[in-house]
Amino acid sequence: MEYFVQQLINGLTLGSIYGLIAIGYTMVYGIIGMINFAHGDIFMISAFIALAVFLILTSVLGFAFLPVVLLIVLIVAMLFTSAWGWTVERLAYRPLRGSFRLAPLITAIGMSIVLQNFVQITQGARVKPLPPQIQGGVTLLEGMTENGPIAVQLSYMQMIIIVTTLVLMASFTLLISRTALGRAQRACEQDRKMAALLGINVDRTISLTFVMGAALAAVAGLMFLLLYGVIDFYIGFLAGIKAFTAAVLGGIGSLPGAMLGGLLIGLIEVFWSGYFTVEYKDVAAFSILAIVLIFLPSGLLGKPEVEKV
Amino acid sequence: MDAAAETGGAVARWDSDPVLTVEHLTMRFGGLTAVGDLSFNVGRGDITALIGPNGAGKTTVFNCVTGFYKPTEGRIAMRHGPGRQQAALDALTNSGARWRRSAEGAVFLLERMPDHEIAHRAKVARTFQNIRLFGGMTVLENLLIAQHNPLMVASGFTVGGIIGLPSYRKAEAEAIDRAAYWLEQVRLTERADDPAADLPYGAQRRLEIARAMCTGPRLLCLDEPAAGLNPRESAELNALLKYIRDEHDTSVLLIEHDMGVVMEISDHVVVLDYGVKISDGDAAFVRSDPRVIAAYLGVEDEEEIDVAEIKQDVDQVARRTPRSDAAGDGR
Amino acid sequence: MAGETTPVPAADNRPAGAQAKAESRRAAPHTVPARDPHSLAESVRDAALAALLAGVLGFFFIGLRTDIAPGGLTITTRWTALVVAILVVFAGRLALNLFVFRTRRPVTGRLAAGAAAGAPQLATAAKWLMRGLFVFALVLPFFFITFVPGRDRQFIDLAILIMTYIMLGWGLNIVVGLAGLLDLGYVAFYAVGAYSFALLAQHFDLGFWMALPLAGVLAAMWGLILGFPVLRLRGDYLAIVTLAFGEIIRIVLLNWYQFTNGPDGISGIPKPTLFGLELKRGEGGFADVFGLAYDPIHRFIFLYYIIFVLALITNLVTIRLRKLPVGRAWEALREDEIACRSLGINTRNTKLTAFAIGAMFGGFAGSFFATRQGFISPESFTFLESAIILAIVVLGGLGSQIGVVIASVVMIGGIEMLRNIGFLSQVFGDGFDPVQYRMLIFGLAMVLIMVWRPRGLIATREPSVALKEKKKIGADLVAQGEGH
Repeated sequence: MEYFVQQLINGLTLGSIYGLIAIGYTMVYGIIGMINFAHGDIFMISAFIALAVFLILTSVLGFAFLPVVLLIVLIVAMLFTSAWGWTVERLAYRPLRGSFRLAPLITAIGMSIVLQNFVQITQGARVKPLPPQIQGGVTLLEGMTENGPIAVQLSYMQMIIIVTTLVLMASFTLLISRTALGRAQRACEQDRKMAALLGINVDRTISLTFVMGAALAAVAGLMFLLLYGVIDFYIGFLAGIKAFTAAVLGGIGSLPGAMLGGLLIGLIEVFWSGYFTVEYKDVAAFSILAIVLIFLPSGLLGKPEVEKV
Repeated sequence: MDAAAETGGAVARWDSDPVLTVEHLTMRFGGLTAVGDLSFNVGRGDITALIGPNGAGKTTVFNCVTGFYKPTEGRIAMRHGPGRQQAALDALTNSGARWRRSAEGAVFLLERMPDHEIAHRAKVARTFQNIRLFGGMTVLENLLIAQHNPLMVASGFTVGGIIGLPSYRKAEAEAIDRAAYWLEQVRLTERADDPAADLPYGAQRRLEIARAMCTGPRLLCLDEPAAGLNPRESAELNALLKYIRDEHDTSVLLIEHDMGVVMEISDHVVVLDYGVKISDGDAAFVRSDPRVIAAYLGVEDEEEIDVAEIKQDVDQVARRTPRSDAAGDGR
Repeated sequence: MAGETTPVPAADNRPAGAQAKAESRRAAPHTVPARDPHSLAESVRDAALAALLAGVLGFFFIGLRTDIAPGGLTITTRWTALVVAILVVFAGRLALNLFVFRTRRPVTGRLAAGAAAGAPQLATAAKWLMRGLFVFALVLPFFFITFVPGRDRQFIDLAILIMTYIMLGWGLNIVVGLAGLLDLGYVAFYAVGAYSFALLAQHFDLGFWMALPLAGVLAAMWGLILGFPVLRLRGDYLAIVTLAFGEIIRIVLLNWYQFTNGPDGISGIPKPTLFGLELKRGEGGFADVFGLAYDPIHRFIFLYYIIFVLALITNLVTIRLRKLPVGRAWEALREDEIACRSLGINTRNTKLTAFAIGAMFGGFAGSFFATRQGFISPESFTFLESAIILAIVVLGGLGSQIGVVIASVVMIGGIEMLRNIGFLSQVFGDGFDPVQYRMLIFGLAMVLIMVWRPRGLIATREPSVALKEKKKIGADLVAQGEGH
């Protein structure tokens, strides 16, 4: 029982990170109907930016008060990662707007290769460890198993991740449903040509979508860095695919769906590792993706697609 | 209501020798009933028109007949060979099989068959309201793809074709001949080697009919074949459809909004409104049916309208249509 | 209608409140003077913006570097590199603006006009190019032996690598180019082929020639098994599920120690024999039997001809298939699946055959890879490999056989050539190793070629049959299998 609750907490934490990345996939897919393959690498970029900012603040400038440091790291990482997101869209996708479907997919894969190798060359291929910064937590439950006592811990780090994700989720849902930008975005999703005719700056709306997705990925990047303490240039690939899986599982195009999908993927992965085998946890996630797509192609919260004859 | 709409007296030709019978067809999408308890027959060798105001459920009926939708309820039976073959049909219905061949011919239960089997086995071909050609392939290739199934057999399911069996080469030459024949019928021989997407609109419509005919159908379903055609093209279409009916042992079921076309070529007209049949008979009968007039003019209560007056108006319109055709102004 | 509405006095029919403000805002004259986008000042301004962006993006990556040091991470600065990067971006963007983007007569426009003028000659030139390439490929090993005797082995090895990618590209072209099914997990079949041969050789002592057809059949079977559940998915969903399957197979290979030996891989895979003769030193070897002096180059030549013949078979079979009903049905499927169904084509079976045949060629190539390397491990079958093969197909031009050849030579050959560029290290100093930039340049080339030619290098479709004369079909008319 205690073990289960602990895994549940761990799964929700991991799932929050996947959910934050998944929102970027789902928004981009919703608005221009393409898989932004480079989004996972944007997440990886953000983790590196966060690490650099953190090091500058603590070891170069000597700041010690952690909450302020983390806030500054978060803001700077979001800003700079947004610039990356914007640039990728501007260079690799905008010239192909309205072109053939495969072309942006190929440039997206190309961009993903470019980003990975750029970071590998400039920052080196070795992993970068960061010692845990936020320690401690609260003990929720205590119990006994045959192997000895077990305590269910909710660490402060996990609390921060889950709360931040909830706050961001709520504000993004409001942003999409209440503001002019959100309206423009939803209009572009429905019909880009018509939206343009009605005076919506489609290019800017799409750019902003990429920027928002990148900003959320930056939050995820910082969380990942703090939670796991180890990053390298390759973390974007797997995280990206799992986040995309999450987006599809929740119903692509749906923000709550992306979050729900992220949580589910996180839970599946953690429970699979906890109760079965660690080696095959990715197989579990990918199998879920295949099964969902085959039996429920519109995802859990997506709109069903009607075949037009 | 159905019975009242029939042309009273003797049993109509389409009831005694139907190639297709639709019985109690119902199609629901969620809570919306697009087609409700619809029954009608398509006579062998007839041109049957399915008409009705926009949103009456005509295309839904088409999609059920050709297998693109699975009907919620009802039986759709296709027959090869003469007569109703009622015994064979009933036996087939009870057996759970999809089709049955017998000495008299064959019966098919279309609601049980997937779409490609309907085209392949039951020999029902169709065209689409928004033309669906293979745009990046040539006109000739379009017509050869329509002969896929016989050619597949001739190519020994590809194995024989790869090693270059002469029998396949002969079969392919025959397929090209058949394609050339239909190209001539639709006046597209000159454009055989052009990509289909390059053809003008009217030619694309004709090509789609030619492609459907290349499958060798017993029943040809046309979804608004005259839409977007100019009067001259429309007249040509009429001639083509009559030719197909008379020379190729093919019955035609068509959805059409152009009353000039419907009234001129149809042997039998079925009228739908809100997914329900409101009239069924020959062109003259339907034209004078007050319910049809009411449906088309959108009057809520039938009693209120002066049937005689409207009939006169409609007759006038119907008579005027061919005349304006002769003027030959474009769409 | 008009009679029913109450007439409104003209004075009341005026906007009020927020609407009035919006109206007046709209009515206000736009005093911003139109800038001339072609002016030099604009070009410089734009280039400066690009340079600023480069500075922002590069700040944390080029300007700074985190490194592991005793006692934690340290941060080092490289401001010169950042300044150089900014200047390079500024100069590059300015040059592009002046000559392409912001000039009334862009260089590329003139080039395109020149190319269009020579289009008919280009078609015949392409035909001769194809024949020339074929003849060259036929004599390639001897060409290198004769003209670059010192480095012939290296060049033949590169040719083998390129030829492998050509074969994989042709195999995938059946799935993606003809049938329009986007497959991001093609490497799975490559892996199945390689592991089939390696395991068959290990457990049943089968030689290359015995195992080759079996590996193809096994790969095709896996194509059917994986294809069956997913082929009703459309477009991007199909892509992502095939990617997932590719990864699943790799992870299984990685973790199933008893069967695949996990990350350690399988070594000692037998070399192919020439009608029973081994290409080895000493008694009974190929050189011994034919009375030649033993030379390890023989084995490279032999391997080259094996992959050459395998690739050639792939190509000939594909060309044949395109003219058969099944091939036409693949292309029709790519154009319009619903129309296919209305014509009685069993779309599921048609897709499965495309998937299985593509997988089969992938399996052949995988067997060859295993025998060439003598060692395989899951490392060789990552998603990147699938991405490279797909990139070759798309960059070459979907469905175009010669496009795959050109793209393979350019992308694989060109990138490998980086190893040979010695003079760069003289420019950038001794620490400079061009090889580490390989994949970066590969990715950039993918992006640039796609932006430049979204339809790939060879973008016309040749009809499979003609009544009178074959006319090439422009890419803009050909669908890519977008679903519906």
